[in-house]
Amino acid sequence: MDRNRWLVLPLILALAVGLGYAVLSLPERTDGLQKMVADKMEVSGVSNPVTAVLLNFRGYDTLLEMVVLLLALLGVWSLGGAALHREAAPGPVLDTLARLLVPVLILVAAYLLWVGAHAPGGAFQAGSVLGAAGVLLLLVGWRLRPGLTAWPLRLILVAGPGAFVIMAIFTLLIERQLLEYPPAQAGALILLLETAATLSIGVTLAALFLGERPQDKGSK
Amino acid sequence: MSAAFLYALVGMGLFSLGVYALIVHAHLLRKILAINVMGSGIFLVLVALARRTGEAQPDAVPHAMVITGIVVAISATALALTLMLKLAAETGCAELPDEKRE
Amino acid sequence: MGAEVSDIPWGLVLILLPLMGGMACFLWPRVTTMLGLVTVFGVALSVAGLGWQILENGVYRHAVGGWGAPLGIDLYADGLSLLMLTATALVGLGVSVYSAAYFRREDATRFWPLWLFLLAGLNALFLSADIFNLYVTLELMGLAAVALAALTGGKDALGGAMRYLLAALLGSLAYLLGVALLYHGFGTVDITLLGQRVESGPVLWAALGLMGAGLLLKTAVFPLHFWLPPAHASAPAPVSALLSALVVKASFYILLRLWLSIFGPLVGEEGVDTLLGLLGATAVLWGSVQALRQTRLKLLIAYSTVAQIGYLFLAFPLAAAAGVTAWHAVIYLAFSHALAKAAMFLVAGNLLRFGGHDRIADLDRVVQRLPLTTGAFALAGVSIMGLPPSGGFIGKWLLLEMALAQGRWDLVVVMILGGLLAAGYIFKVLGRAFTQAEVTHKSRAVPACMEWAALLLAIGAVLLGFLAVPVLSVVGIGDPFGVSGVRP
Repeated sequence: MDRNRWLVLPLILALAVGLGYAVLSLPERTDGLQKMVADKMEVSGVSNPVTAVLLNFRGYDTLLEMVVLLLALLGVWSLGGAALHREAAPGPVLDTLARLLVPVLILVAAYLLWVGAHAPGGAFQAGSVLGAAGVLLLLVGWRLRPGLTAWPLRLILVAGPGAFVIMAIFTLLIERQLLEYPPAQAGALILLLETAATLSIGVTLAALFLGERPQDKGSK
Repeated sequence: MSAAFLYALVGMGLFSLGVYALIVHAHLLRKILAINVMGSGIFLVLVALARRTGEAQPDAVPHAMVITGIVVAISATALALTLMLKLAAETGCAELPDEKRE
Repeated sequence: MGAEVSDIPWGLVLILLPLMGGMACFLWPRVTTMLGLVTVFGVALSVAGLGWQILENGVYRHAVGGWGAPLGIDLYADGLSLLMLTATALVGLGVSVYSAAYFRREDATRFWPLWLFLLAGLNALFLSADIFNLYVTLELMGLAAVALAALTGGKDALGGAMRYLLAALLGSLAYLLGVALLYHGFGTVDITLLGQRVESGPVLWAALGLMGAGLLLKTAVFPLHFWLPPAHASAPAPVSALLSALVVKASFYILLRLWLSIFGPLVGEEGVDTLLGLLGATAVLWGSVQALRQTRLKLLIAYSTVAQIGYLFLAFPLAAAAGVTAWHAVIYLAFSHALAKAAMFLVAGNLLRFGGHDRIADLDRVVQRLPLTTGAFALAGVSIMGLPPSGGFIGKWLLLEMALAQGRWDLVVVMILGGLLAAGYIFKVLGRAFTQAEVTHKSRAVPACMEWAALLLAIGAVLLGFLAVPVLSVVGIGDPFGVSGVRP
């Protein structure tokens, strides 16, 4: 392995120098698409440019990316998850922390989701905070009730990508382009999509952390 | 040279560092971390150079690309970690099986 | 009614339908096989619908969100996209019918949603005109492919899938950094606009290096093919067929698109095309020799993929003088290889099911016991070797003719040697199919639809040899090869 290292090092240095040179040859000042985004902000339905790009101008990317997240979970479940970690009894510190933090995290997630329309925040930030709450719960040994692990859980997992696909079909049915919202309703529709996405992202992240597919013990 | 370029250079450095670590380390966890370092480098390049508008408002499009990229990176990392654990459980070692027999 | 059918945006159905199918399979695992088959048939019909629209109205363009590039994302389909979508639909149909019998209950619930998401990723990729959107589709396709490759479990499959995942991620991250550079250099991620705006310079060269290397790695071009044989050989047979026939072609398609509209016109004459040709030539020889040395059928077929991908790159050095014909040859090779290679992996699956192993030496007179399967292998072999009349023959003949006309004797020798070696490894398998093995094994029945799926795909690869004129005229819609065909 050591011989390998000395062979690779000069190549990597050359790569870094080349990439650095390319960066430095970029123009000092450029607007990119900033002007164009600013021009269309009024009809985008939100006032935070990043949210406007994510859910409106390039909403199609976001649709596909929600599918990628669901796909990762499908892949993990298909591998049978990784049930290596033992369930350690949570200490009193972790227990209290979870009790205090989980409600706060859920509130923070809701706030981030709401504020995303006009300030930094949005579905992904909110979803990750929700996911963190889920991880805390899993760490203290909380599990879904067996009755909920079959289709209720699956329904929440597909809610995000599903909402996007339904929205895509809806926009086509009202004779618009794919994911082209009517400007008057854009804000409300985006909030709807983001709410579904937040739920799905949060639950998917927690499920990815758990690894193995929760078994539906109720049916056995 | 403005701060934007400095951060972008750091991003390129992180990317190169990630490629190096990916090649030289045998342990899969290090390889997966290396991939994540590469990704972070790219995100830094994307976000840093978006500041070149010369106004208070940076270009929002690369920011949105980074959020998309992060979600993809999380998904890929989750799948990679599970594969690694499965492979380790199967072979007793979290490294790629040797190719010398080929 | 006719007017309404022609108004349906078939291109969008191609993306949304498999996404819905995948989610439905996830929600209702009990009926997963039926949902999967219905979805794949629907996708095949939609490709026909889109093809009809393109023949009637010319290229298809859809501004997602109504914004239009550069602010929004454009979907775009010309003759080249249509051909790739058709190949995907045909291979998808064959593999799906096969899989309906191949996977048992528990495995089916894992296979179908992953395959439908892979199909959505492939369709979205072939329809995208936006290099960042292409990155997302690449990842969608890549993660689905890795999860599918690991489906059998066990040391070999997990190791192969892990190596595959790392290579795929390295490739797509290099591609993404190239996207970042192009966006920050030229202010757009739309392929057409980039083609108008790019100028030669360090940014363009760095982007070419990054995206080129990333996509070459994903396409498994020699010497970046190391991940392909273990991943393709240890996956379940229908998955190997999808990976070899479609997934490697998808990254090649992006490379071809970028070359034609962004990089080729600017850097084509600076030796990059020679380098690509050199890699292709080495791949042809190396892959064929390795295939000849294998003792297991699936590894042999996987190495044959490495060799056949090499042929696709032989066209790059010839394109400068030959223009459109070189790309026609590439498209024909890609299409016929997709059908033939899918057929071969399905054959390997049948033999595995039949005898419980895929050791070439112990094939034991399968020609009498599985005549359809052996016939499928022979027909697919005809196309892989490039014998007339087959799709592979048309592609290789076009390449050979151009190399002769341009006096590229080195490439001529490579192609002839590659053909001879291919004949060697195909006949090595066929020969064993006629002989009696020393040890006889117990055998298991193979469902008829698994045999027919392989045979029909192989027949398709041969039939392509008769369809050159109509197929190439469809590919020309929208003039996808125009930009690099005309050099100042």
